[in-house]
Amino acid sequence: MPASEAIDIGGGAVTRPRYPLRRSLGSLAGSSEVGLKASHFRRPWLAVGLLAPQLLILLFFFFIPTYKALSLAFVQVDPFGGTMIFVGLDNFTTLFSSPEYRDSAILTLWFSFVQCFATLFIAGLLAFATDVVIRGRAIYKGVILLPYAIAPAISGVLWAFLFNPVVGPLAHMLQDLGYAWDPNRRPFDALLLVSVAAIWKHICYDYIFLVAAFLAVPASVIEAAAIDGARPVRRFLTVTLPMAAPTIFFLVVMNFVYGLFETFGIIDTITHGGPAGSTNTLVYKVYQDGFRQLDLGSSAAQSVVLMVIAVVFTILQFRSLERKVNYQV
Amino acid sequence: MVERHIGLSIFCHIVLLIGAAIVCMPLYFAFVAGSLTIGEVQQVPFPLVPGPHFVENTVAAWKEGGFGQLYINSFIVTAGIVIGKLAVSIIAGFAVTYFRFPFRMTAFWLIFISLMLPVEVRIIPTYEAVADAGGPLRSLFSAIGLTDFLANTTGYQLETALQWNMINSYGGLILPLIASASATFLFRQFFLTVPDELCEAAKLDGAGPMKFFRDVLLPLSKSNIAALSIILFLYGWNQYLWPLLFTTEKSMYTAMIGLKDLIPVADAQPAWNIAMAASFFVMAPPALVILLMQRWFTKGLVDSSK
Repeated sequence: MPASEAIDIGGGAVTRPRYPLRRSLGSLAGSSEVGLKASHFRRPWLAVGLLAPQLLILLFFFFIPTYKALSLAFVQVDPFGGTMIFVGLDNFTTLFSSPEYRDSAILTLWFSFVQCFATLFIAGLLAFATDVVIRGRAIYKGVILLPYAIAPAISGVLWAFLFNPVVGPLAHMLQDLGYAWDPNRRPFDALLLVSVAAIWKHICYDYIFLVAAFLAVPASVIEAAAIDGARPVRRFLTVTLPMAAPTIFFLVVMNFVYGLFETFGIIDTITHGGPAGSTNTLVYKVYQDGFRQLDLGSSAAQSVVLMVIAVVFTILQFRSLERKVNYQV
Repeated sequence: MVERHIGLSIFCHIVLLIGAAIVCMPLYFAFVAGSLTIGEVQQVPFPLVPGPHFVENTVAAWKEGGFGQLYINSFIVTAGIVIGKLAVSIIAGFAVTYFRFPFRMTAFWLIFISLMLPVEVRIIPTYEAVADAGGPLRSLFSAIGLTDFLANTTGYQLETALQWNMINSYGGLILPLIASASATFLFRQFFLTVPDELCEAAKLDGAGPMKFFRDVLLPLSKSNIAALSIILFLYGWNQYLWPLLFTTEKSMYTAMIGLKDLIPVADAQPAWNIAMAASFFVMAPPALVILLMQRWFTKGLVDSSK
């Protein structure tokens, strides 16, 4: 199988450009000609009609909410009268000086960091093994991909049961070993449990990309290394891995995004942010403060902080895509 | 072809078997738990082989959670997200790549800037937008004086006519999740790779834009659409945060929220057997999709990130 076919969706395009993303990224900053087909139509009203549904949905559910979040972050809402007072950066200064928020930020960073690299390491090991074996490859792949279908919330439910201090089979094992396992009381246990559920759910994602990336390394390069006397593990470390580096960088970014924004379901089904805020990540805290404590000003300020983080990660993601395409053989 | 090492192959098989076992372990224990009675599920040590009550528990869970209705809700919402997002983004992608019109780049930027912010970071304002979808229109109309004008001349109360609350409605569950440009971006990328000759030829044959779109572009996009629908199906079915916020009535819950309600809480009877049996039928549709359409799905996923 030619290397490029492994990750090409096909679709009948005859002249797929080699570097589609570099081209499109260039176009993001270019003149009005870019991103326009050389052969195109001149029917402005039809174009407006075709764009209208997308733009209307974005207006109501993206632009207006984003604007509101931004403006709410700078006001204080009176809980009784519903009047708003402009308070400038007060919400932010209160937020950043609050030890709870600092704890939550540090916790989120640790959680994302551990989750990111543990997932990447396990997925890398499995993808390497998949690259080596021939018999049974499809079955292994099928099984390892399965958690992709499972919602974070269900992953949470499954692991909450396994490690439930009263009925959970794995909790019993830990208790038999003399470890007083109880994620409802011990902060470290709770954080560990949430991390395990998050990693278990996300390995499949990294695995898909790494298998594709390892497969895309040209056989000729591997063979050249083999002729030079490199053994399989050395070939993997010095040829395959560097060639897959852009994919790995992309996955690091995506894992952080997952850890930051998509683990809500896991936390909500296992710990609800507890005990004592030990699993209260930044996104979960926005929900807690906004919908449980009804502290809208602080919650909006937190949303703005998250927005800044999200923008940074999106830029990193685009960067990683750019690098990935440049390296691709 | 390079040489093969028996030792390495065996090691890799062991690694993969351990990996597969770790993936299956929670599912296996969930199955065992789902097949026990409530007394058996609490015994120590936990039984390692399934009991005979799986079907019984599944039926009990289905009835207790009222999953008939919730399943229908989940399917409607998921179908709405898949079809809505595909339809909206394919025509938007078509418009930005195949048409020359004023403010084309502005439209392009307005759409693609939405890639920057995931829905999770604007939870509360989006909630407000859904709870009061007419709010922005009301402010607009009263700002330009239309509200007063209508009330004075015709007695028509625009303020009351524009009270749209989408909480507990399918629209409220679907629309905010369509509001992202990821699929539009994917289609745009794909359309840029379609040879220009096809459009030239269609024009020479006298085809208008919509005919070209229907007879040339849509058939070419078939495999993209298939791959994307699988990913969107998983995305829609597995939604948790939005249904949790946007549904307060049980009849509007999705299957995912129904499952959450079955998890035993601290003081209640620990009916883990029922909850675990339920988790199987809640995760069944996406799991089947992945198992049956694995090739499409992996291609789609890897491709969509290019």
